[in-house]
Amino acid sequence: MGAGHAHRLYRHGHSPVHALPPHTKLAATFLFVVVVVSTPREAMWAFAAYAVLLAVVAYRARVPAGFLLGRLLIEVPFVAFAVLMPFVAEGERVHVLGLSLSVNGLWGAWNVLAKGTLGVAASVLLASTTELRELLLGLQRLKLPPLLVQIASFMIRYGDVITDEMRRMRIARESRGFEARGVRHWGVLAKSAGALFIRSYERGERVHLAMVSRGYAGAMPVIDEVTASGAQWRHALALPCAALVVCLLGWLL
Amino acid sequence: MVAVTASLEVSGLAFAYPDGHQALFGVDFSIARGERVALLGPNGAGKTTLVLHLNGILGGGTGTVAVAGLPVGKEHMAAIRQKVGIVFQDPDDQLFMPTVREDVAFGPAAAGIKGAALEERVRTALERVGMADFADRPPHHLSFGQRRRVAVATVLAMEPEILVLDEPSSNLDPASRRELADILRSLDVTVLMVTHDLPYALELCPRSLVLSDGVIAADGPTGELLSDDALMRAHRLELPFGFDPRSVTMGA
Amino acid sequence: MHVPDGFINAPTSAVTGVVAAGALAVSLRGARRELDERTAPLAGLVAAFIFAVQMLNFPVAAGTSGHLLGGALAAILVGPYTAVLCVSVVLLMQGVLFADGGLTALGVNITDMAIVTTVVSYAVFRGLLAVLPRKRRSVTVASFVAALVSVPAAAVAFTLIYAIGGTTDVSIGKVATAMIGVHVLIGIGEAVITALTVGAVIAVRPDLVHGARGLRQRLRLRVNGALVDAPAPTAPVAARTSRRTLWVTGLVTSLVLAGFVSFYASASPDGLEKVAHDKGIDQEAKQHASADSPLADYGVKDISDARLSGGLAGVIGVGVTVVAGSAVFWALRRRRGADASPVNTGV
Repeated sequence: MGAGHAHRLYRHGHSPVHALPPHTKLAATFLFVVVVVSTPREAMWAFAAYAVLLAVVAYRARVPAGFLLGRLLIEVPFVAFAVLMPFVAEGERVHVLGLSLSVNGLWGAWNVLAKGTLGVAASVLLASTTELRELLLGLQRLKLPPLLVQIASFMIRYGDVITDEMRRMRIARESRGFEARGVRHWGVLAKSAGALFIRSYERGERVHLAMVSRGYAGAMPVIDEVTASGAQWRHALALPCAALVVCLLGWLL
Repeated sequence: MVAVTASLEVSGLAFAYPDGHQALFGVDFSIARGERVALLGPNGAGKTTLVLHLNGILGGGTGTVAVAGLPVGKEHMAAIRQKVGIVFQDPDDQLFMPTVREDVAFGPAAAGIKGAALEERVRTALERVGMADFADRPPHHLSFGQRRRVAVATVLAMEPEILVLDEPSSNLDPASRRELADILRSLDVTVLMVTHDLPYALELCPRSLVLSDGVIAADGPTGELLSDDALMRAHRLELPFGFDPRSVTMGA
Repeated sequence: MHVPDGFINAPTSAVTGVVAAGALAVSLRGARRELDERTAPLAGLVAAFIFAVQMLNFPVAAGTSGHLLGGALAAILVGPYTAVLCVSVVLLMQGVLFADGGLTALGVNITDMAIVTTVVSYAVFRGLLAVLPRKRRSVTVASFVAALVSVPAAAVAFTLIYAIGGTTDVSIGKVATAMIGVHVLIGIGEAVITALTVGAVIAVRPDLVHGARGLRQRLRLRVNGALVDAPAPTAPVAARTSRRTLWVTGLVTSLVLAGFVSFYASASPDGLEKVAHDKGIDQEAKQHASADSPLADYGVKDISDARLSGGLAGVIGVGVTVVAGSAVFWALRRRRGADASPVNTGV
């Protein structure tokens, strides 16, 4: 699941895409994916057009194709599922190379593959051009409940700390000759997980103490605000708007 | 010790944790304004528990704490927490915001300071600990010593009456340790430094308290306490090998 | 089992988004009751813990391993509302940062993995605790069962959502069989790990286990040699009132879901009609689907090949499948007569 290397997701840069305010990028990405998902699957050319749109964004953001393609691998489990679909889906069947495939299933597989891949690519572009910190500010600006943003912010701040603790515990286990080899060792691992929970929770309590000590009374003081100009919004929304045109054409043609 | 108003006044403080473990058994002491005092004691003596009483985080036991004449209790909690700046042992607990700047701004912002005044507070505090260049860095990208200094800045930004440091020298390499000592010496606030690093206490604090088994076992000039072998042994306080407090001459 | 974009059609995604948002709103209020103003740091750290523990690999056999999903564990350790928040935030971050799970499928993923698992596991957990003797062992046993049930419950929820808005006409019987069969196996792993972990926490800090509160003793203080009663604790021990809201939330959620099953059933009549003659447990499909189903990010592919697949697993699998299957059919039957042109579901 690719967790634990949060800082590797972001590619530092000074492109026009990097410079856009985070909430405009979040909104644009989300709208783009909504448009993609709403496109009829028969309009195959539309998906090609979407891919071109994303490629343009990637080019302007100076995100190398290799990086983008590498990150698409997260999708692999669902590719497997998509491959399975033509075999299990219902409806009329065609015979290709001696295999009996469901037409509907083929369409379904295409649908999931195309939309899923575009969705992942859009998210990857967002994550690689927006700093974590900025993403949180963007979510906050987009009126996500403040408490959720705070939880997310603490999770990101301490994600590395906790995974680091987990790694140290593993090293400590292995240093004493323990190697988890099967179900028999679950007890030991679960004890580690339990200890990790206690540590996390106690750290949460200490963090809370530190916050309270500095005057926290339930609401985070707003220190940074992000704002976007009309021009920035227009730039960001160019992507979903272009996509929307493609989508409408897809429905009409 | 001619106290005009004591910065900190603790009397008869006793406390037990919800799991039944009692940590404080009646603690009495007072610290005058501008003093730098070390609170010494072995592990488990109740030092951290005591610290958490100073700004009302722990409570519900018996006894009283007063900061600059203000009793610590529900009614003055916000004022008390502005006056008592606690620097916790693990800077990772203290630095919970995404960037150094926001973290330092947290305390003053919570007290309602905004805009240019807030920026000014942040800048001053970071300059006092020599970390002004790191304002926009995330805390977890700093070294441990840098994080400790930022942690001090987060508290300084609140302009406290008394600065309470929990084990300030732990996990610091000698250079960071000296830098922190220089910073602490340069500050013009009352300091209570909780530690079992005895040379550090001697270096920074003219006066020391010994907390042992939940009571104040000794109170006096740091040099004298550290030279009292019987006292030291009785409370599991040990000087580093080869360190002789009698041979150290104090600068200021 | 993070659902990507395009797997569930847009209207259904939107509806699950609304369901998720509603549940989050309820949880935000509930979490404040569970943790008061400590909510943000504690929930944040618990979210970080869940995030981390999902990376802790539990070796199964011969080089394969599984990991914890954590919904049930979170619910038992920190209470259902906080757990919903934590798991949702983990999912949100996984979606936004790692592209793990589609942005438009966020509602589906949260409903399925954050809400259903925690609500079901917590309901089962509290239900069992009410029946079992008040001992620590009961907490462990209840955790086991709660986690065991929670994973197939999520699979049932997914199947329901798929029945309503799946973009491909795979028969619901097959989806249900594959999903639930596989997830019963995952559930066993989840149950063992959850119970062991809860047991480990209870052994050291019983006060931290939300589900095991209520066994507290009166404090006494020793001041200069004399014993003094401590003032009565000021903090409320547990949010007792939360249970009713929880039930109501759960009920409303299921009603809403069931309502949409019938409402949207006409959207994909093709697949649903097939359900009728496919409702028996298609053994072949089960074998096939569960062997390759990627929906199991648990290394189950290998579990199902191993000895585990026999015996108990089979029995439970069939049982749960039948129950879940009947639930699905019950919800769908009323709409079955409705005839519609084979509209495509790629809307």
